[in-house]
Amino acid sequence: MTATFVGMPAFPTAAREKLADSQLRGNLARATGTIRAKRAAAVAEVPEWESLRLAGAAVKDRALHDLDRQLVRLEASLTARGATVHWARDAADANAIVVDVARAHDADEVVKVKSMVTQEIGLNEALEAEGIAAWETDLAELIVQLGDDLPSHILVPAIHRNRAEIREIFDRRMADVGRPAPDGLTDDPAALAEAAREHLREKFLRSTMAVSGANFAVAETGTLVVVESEGNGRMCLTLPKVLVSVVGIEKVVPTWAELDPLLRLLPRSSTGERMNPYTSMWTGVIPGDGPQEVHVVLLDNGRTRALADEVGRQALRCIRCSACLNVCPVYERTGGHAYGSVYPGPIGAILNPLLRGTGDAQTDSLPYASTLCGACFEACPVRIDIPSVLVDLRAQVVDGHRGDAVPKPEAAAMSAVSWVFGRPRRLAAAERVSGLATRLARRLPGPAAAWTDARDLPTPPRESFRAWWRRTGGGG
Amino acid sequence: MREIGGMKVALQVTCLNDALFPGTGIAVVRLLHRLGVDVDFPEAQTCCGQPMVNTGYLDEAVPAVRAFVSAFEGYDAIVTPSGSCAGSARHQHALVAKRSGDPGLARVVAETSPRTYELSEFLVDVLGVTDVGAYFPHRVTYHPTCHSLRMLGVGDRPRRLLEQVRGLRLVDLPHADECCGFGGTFAVKNADTSIAMGADKAHHVRSTGAEVLVAGDNSCLMHIGGLLSRQRSGVRVLHLAEVLASQ
Repeated sequence: MTATFVGMPAFPTAAREKLADSQLRGNLARATGTIRAKRAAAVAEVPEWESLRLAGAAVKDRALHDLDRQLVRLEASLTARGATVHWARDAADANAIVVDVARAHDADEVVKVKSMVTQEIGLNEALEAEGIAAWETDLAELIVQLGDDLPSHILVPAIHRNRAEIREIFDRRMADVGRPAPDGLTDDPAALAEAAREHLREKFLRSTMAVSGANFAVAETGTLVVVESEGNGRMCLTLPKVLVSVVGIEKVVPTWAELDPLLRLLPRSSTGERMNPYTSMWTGVIPGDGPQEVHVVLLDNGRTRALADEVGRQALRCIRCSACLNVCPVYERTGGHAYGSVYPGPIGAILNPLLRGTGDAQTDSLPYASTLCGACFEACPVRIDIPSVLVDLRAQVVDGHRGDAVPKPEAAAMSAVSWVFGRPRRLAAAERVSGLATRLARRLPGPAAAWTDARDLPTPPRESFRAWWRRTGGGG
Repeated sequence: MREIGGMKVALQVTCLNDALFPGTGIAVVRLLHRLGVDVDFPEAQTCCGQPMVNTGYLDEAVPAVRAFVSAFEGYDAIVTPSGSCAGSARHQHALVAKRSGDPGLARVVAETSPRTYELSEFLVDVLGVTDVGAYFPHRVTYHPTCHSLRMLGVGDRPRRLLEQVRGLRLVDLPHADECCGFGGTFAVKNADTSIAMGADKAHHVRSTGAEVLVAGDNSCLMHIGGLLSRQRSGVRVLHLAEVLASQ
């Protein structure tokens, strides 16, 4: 993948460009509309959905509140079952570990299970720099990889593409990296899937090493869990002789039994299915069956920073279902690339600042990329109160600038407004002045022109409510 | 005046209505008078503080919250024609009080917050009425604003009130639950996205053939109405209170 999120502009600028892309707007509206309806139907089938959400949130909270102990327990369980556990503080640590394992086996290619965390750390690029090819085997990830593109959705990374575009990408690029697309490839979904299957099959059969993430890691048993729809994950997890799984430390679940609510919540929230087609679980090494060398890289990369954030730590409950993206009216219009991260949408707007910390213009723009409409909180299967975290992160952004020698215009304006709202007499005076001003100007000056560029202003009243009350005593 | 358990009722008109939409405040006063409620307007009120809180300026919201509690302390019910401002009072004032470090403010906020009602909640839950004796002979569509819907959970209360208005023909708004794109300072900070969302909302409103778009928040209506007006659509926007006060 040659494309990168590094150096992306702040959200409002990136969004402006995407909003002008009518193909993207159409693709997204159709795709999110379909998946929203599917999810709503799948959730409506479960009368105890609300208690299931509470149970899911409670499992994740139990793990997170006890994370230090649970992780050590996970390590012990994994080691006892023949896996090798590595600890990685950041992306560079984790990438170096995976490269070392590949080198130890003289692997010049790896097959990959779809994994958010390996995108977060830029593993494919790190492997490529060492001359090791990383093949994405999930259909949508394959489309993104072949198109030198960036993912724009957590579950459906090529959601911004339609089938005509996919046909063109397969036709043009498959031959460069393996089995070419068949002659006369059409944009029929079954034909496209068949072309991908043929292309990927030779990679599955040839590769000696696979890389995965994990949806869950059970501390009690040392079992890793991958949930998927296409079977490509199952191929990667069973065929190659070496398996490396990169797992964010927040993926730990204390006990086997506690997987129950999470495995019920995830497919309905994510793909709108009662159950996902493939749930793979593996516990260390089984002699003579599956990979004979199993590595697990436990990754921090900002998660302990997020855990230290009293309001924001609930974001670590996220099970990467994408329900918040699919219901978000902002995401539906801008798409995922505008967020400048592999984690887009409402969850990305909180997760990126929590993992990286606030302070740069792009990250600081993310908590503002929301109307606080609350649709994400309502859809979240583990009850992450995204609007409240957004507001708290906005306060962190503002507080980070309180020491500025020259305050931003917005900060100066907020101070002025704060002063006016401190006393009713000041407000009454301000209303008299602004009433006059808006009667004179139909186009607002400065940043407020962003309002009048596309929207008319209301006709200003002759008197404020306050003045009416004073004049009539409420009986006018 | 109807005795509603000897309740002292105050109107929190909201800063936006005070300055730009006084007709909404006047409609609430007339409506409540008609229903026998003696409503007061404490002049010490300014703003609920939400514009500052939602932009991240918590310190700057403290004076507004102080003004709010000093105006409304001692009232049994605080009625506001805004789901958003009611949501701010109920769900954000405690946050601002905590930030102020003033336990006295936190104590008063704990009293005023739960006594704050959005208009439809006050009418349906406190007064127990859905037929307010209104007459409004127009084709109307209703947009449930996000904070009234998801922060307060007003549910179908506004619709139940509108359904009882004589002469009113209520038509369903497609994708009604979807945000209009106003979002407070979002409307200016992310103007392009805000307008894209608003344009879709305006499109759905126009598809209903309604003459009037009704909602419980003038902030959202200012945004959607500003787009409808720029499009010369011929659809006007009205606050729920103004429809319910019509006779």
